[in-house]
Amino acid sequence: MSERRTGSERAKGLSRQQMCDRLAMEFGDGWIVNLGIGIPTLCSNCNFGDREIIFHSENGVIGYGPLAPAGEEDLHLVNAGGQHVTLRPGAAIVHHADSFALIRSGRIDVTVLGAYEVAENGDFANWKMAGQQGGGIGGAMDLAACAKHVFVAMEHQTRNGAPRLVERCAIPATARGVVNLVVTNFGLFEITKAGMALKEIAPGVTVDEVKATTGCNLIIPREVPPVRMAR
Amino acid sequence: MGARSKIFPSFAEAVRDIPDGATIGFGGFAVVGMPINLYGAVAAQGAKGLTCVSNSTRGGATLPADAPDMGQMIQNGQVKKVVCAFTAPTRASQRLILSEYVAKGLIEAELTPQGTLAERMRAAGAGIPAFYTPAAVGTELAEGRETRVFNGREYLLELALPLDYAMIRAHQADAAGNLRFRRSQRNFNPIMAMAARVTIVEVEEDILPVGAIDPDDVHTAGVFVHRLVKIPPPPAGWWPQRPGSVAR
Repeated sequence: MSERRTGSERAKGLSRQQMCDRLAMEFGDGWIVNLGIGIPTLCSNCNFGDREIIFHSENGVIGYGPLAPAGEEDLHLVNAGGQHVTLRPGAAIVHHADSFALIRSGRIDVTVLGAYEVAENGDFANWKMAGQQGGGIGGAMDLAACAKHVFVAMEHQTRNGAPRLVERCAIPATARGVVNLVVTNFGLFEITKAGMALKEIAPGVTVDEVKATTGCNLIIPREVPPVRMAR
Repeated sequence: MGARSKIFPSFAEAVRDIPDGATIGFGGFAVVGMPINLYGAVAAQGAKGLTCVSNSTRGGATLPADAPDMGQMIQNGQVKKVVCAFTAPTRASQRLILSEYVAKGLIEAELTPQGTLAERMRAAGAGIPAFYTPAAVGTELAEGRETRVFNGREYLLELALPLDYAMIRAHQADAAGNLRFRRSQRNFNPIMAMAARVTIVEVEEDILPVGAIDPDDVHTAGVFVHRLVKIPPPPAGWWPQRPGSVAR
């Protein structure tokens, strides 16, 4: 889909929309999908073809659709990021305790979250920046502990060029050993029992570049296929 | 209805009896369902040493720039402690009034995962003193706290969070206090109403006669609701603004 980049995106590899398009290919028909704030919200723009996807937002909206056009926002209706969304036919509203009951009881098929760091053992950190007092957890700890799958979408490196894929998280973790799949602008990575595997590589990025910008060992097949693109 | 009406003539009347040291829940999520007028009333009433419970301490894009929020109460020196799912900025560029006060040691900030926050109040409203949840297990938040293994999985003990007062916003109310919320306005509001000893509601539409809401359509039963105030139209009352529009 879109290769357009917003101002804060990195120049190399996949655009944020392409990152989310790739993760969205993994969503199964009928899945209940929860999207975190930031890059993951772009997953709701993806083309799902024949697959029916139910988007759940932590504030109790089940079955929301695209963002409302400017000027047509319903001021009573937002997603987890405070964006004004629309409702699809069949949508339902519940209160916060029921919304998190849906999460805690394991009914969310996948949550897609942003992160500062993902470790090779599936730990990840997304609620507290280095040196910060307090933090911004929102629903991330409930989602990460309880969703059937945890996907992460994030830039491959920090603004200062430090790796975000690491051996062990240096900042406080959100949950331990829960991440299944990570997409960055450099490629698609899977957390396996043996460690972190490079599954697909972004166009214009070399395996050596990925290795040089990653803070942990990678399992790399002899031939790394390119990131599958949405049609 | 009996002799005592739940309908109050002003926000000031509705919050008059809040004592110093009270624990107050403020509903709302990203401005939707946020009791903007009641924030203003509590800020003006001046009670101190308050423990304030809410999802976060700031509004959002649809909150008019000069509208009251918890930041104003913090700046007034009314707040002793907050219990929130957000106690720090989520972006490096963001500024949070709370952060300055926490850094100076003037306010205690208890950070709680959002689902745990909701369930702690749900438990309080349901007469349950504590529960176990998998959220935050293995994290800094669980350090030194009681965990227990059920069916091979580790859970963290969380205590109920009862409120003295709940400040919430609803779309419709009848004079008996039965409430209806619109779209994602529901969020924390029904839960806080059940967790509180006294629930005060700012109501968007004209308050309906008793029985005007079909019993099957009530979201929060009037038995959990004590005081109702109709929000006046702007500029006397606070309403969210359209994204991108200028402050009133």
